[in-house]
Amino acid sequence: MHKEANEVLLEIKGLFKKYDDMTVLDDVNLSINKGEVVVILGPSGCGKSTLLRCLNGLEKIQGGDIRYRNKSLVDKDVNWQEIRQHIGMVFQNYELFSHMTVIENILLGPVKVQKRDKNEVMEQANQLLDRVGLLDRKDSYPRQLSGGQKQRIAIVRALCMNPEIMLFDEVTASLDPEMVREVLDVILGLAKQGMTMLIVTHELSFARAVADKIVFIDKGKICEISDPDEFFTHPKTERAQHFLNKFQY
Amino acid sequence: MNLNWQFIIDSLPLYREAAWTTLKLGFWGILFSLMIGFICSIVLYFKVKVLKTIVHIYIELSRNTPLLIQLFFLYFGLTKVGIALTETACAIIGLSFLGGSYMAEAFRSGFEAVSKTQIESGLSIGLSKTQLVRYVVLPQAFSVSIPSIGANCIFLLKETSIVGAIAVVDLMNVTKDLIGMYYQTLEALLMLVVIYLVMILPLSLILTWLERKVRYAEFGN
Repeated sequence: MHKEANEVLLEIKGLFKKYDDMTVLDDVNLSINKGEVVVILGPSGCGKSTLLRCLNGLEKIQGGDIRYRNKSLVDKDVNWQEIRQHIGMVFQNYELFSHMTVIENILLGPVKVQKRDKNEVMEQANQLLDRVGLLDRKDSYPRQLSGGQKQRIAIVRALCMNPEIMLFDEVTASLDPEMVREVLDVILGLAKQGMTMLIVTHELSFARAVADKIVFIDKGKICEISDPDEFFTHPKTERAQHFLNKFQY
Repeated sequence: MNLNWQFIIDSLPLYREAAWTTLKLGFWGILFSLMIGFICSIVLYFKVKVLKTIVHIYIELSRNTPLLIQLFFLYFGLTKVGIALTETACAIIGLSFLGGSYMAEAFRSGFEAVSKTQIESGLSIGLSKTQLVRYVVLPQAFSVSIPSIGANCIFLLKETSIVGAIAVVDLMNVTKDLIGMYYQTLEALLMLVVIYLVMILPLSLILTWLERKVRYAEFGN
């Protein structure tokens, strides 16, 4: 959708990751420009989620480099607490803090980590909650919300940190079908606003609608990087064709 | 059934004083148990080298030996090596030694119940390790542990009833004395039961209330 100035925000070079003896990511190269929406597709267990987790410092990598604004995130002295304020992440199972109300969940990061003024954050939180249609649930506990509501709150929580990049890790995979849409609409809205995003999903039609670039991964390797229309109509690799066929009845 | 009411009234002051002693022992025993338990569980949770082994040994030693024997060791055993503690000190140390391991296990179960994904979620919003423990791990662990912590508190207060064995003038001890002197067995025992109930029932109720309050967020009512 947006292809503005080609300012590279995130660059992954020769990323190599393994668990014990199993190679999960093998020589992954990818760069993400400011305002770009990159959707990562691939069969289960291909390493998509692991790739996102590496970008949030939740996994150690064994080789290669990840650069955010040309600063390596692989150095030993990297301050992840700082980086994570710029690279927000939303998880498959929402992971709202179960002992806190919605608003407490949202305020925690901005107030405690970023030391911002509580009232100012509250105002921003209210606006965001209103935008996702959940302002009236701000004093609820997560257990009182549906999956779709929880996921929208989780997105608001990440957004309230004012990140520059958002990572979405299969955020609709645990949702009932009728709740998928409400979450995807929020993400689509962000795309329209020019948010830089890296999205792992199994929702193919959504991927096609939202992506500027499709990255297809199989067995830990990037097989192809294409324009979405091209990927869905004329996938370059056989593996991608095979993958797409599985989704058609 | 004919109860000797005069005897009951006459011995009230003795019971009152002993009840006070029991409460004091219970209070300090529970407080130190909580502290020891908390520290031990932190050591176990963060797998602190060396200390971890010491804590494991302590927990096994404390949970698998009777309190009576622990008290005898403290009171009679230590005197032989030149450490003479008062009976009250021995009672409090004994209770804390026993309670500490039970509390450690209660806290530990709470810590273990905090899922890895909740921790990652905390990390992903930039919390430092200390903030993570303070704002996420501890509150969630506590709401899981609170029922067993409460049960341990009541258990410890009841366990005080054996400190008479090392000459502490607690409720049990007073009761035995009165029976020995006046043979008013039924009256003395009845009073003992009533006084324990009067002490422990409110504690139970307070703990239940606290449990509800702490667990409301995560578990509802």
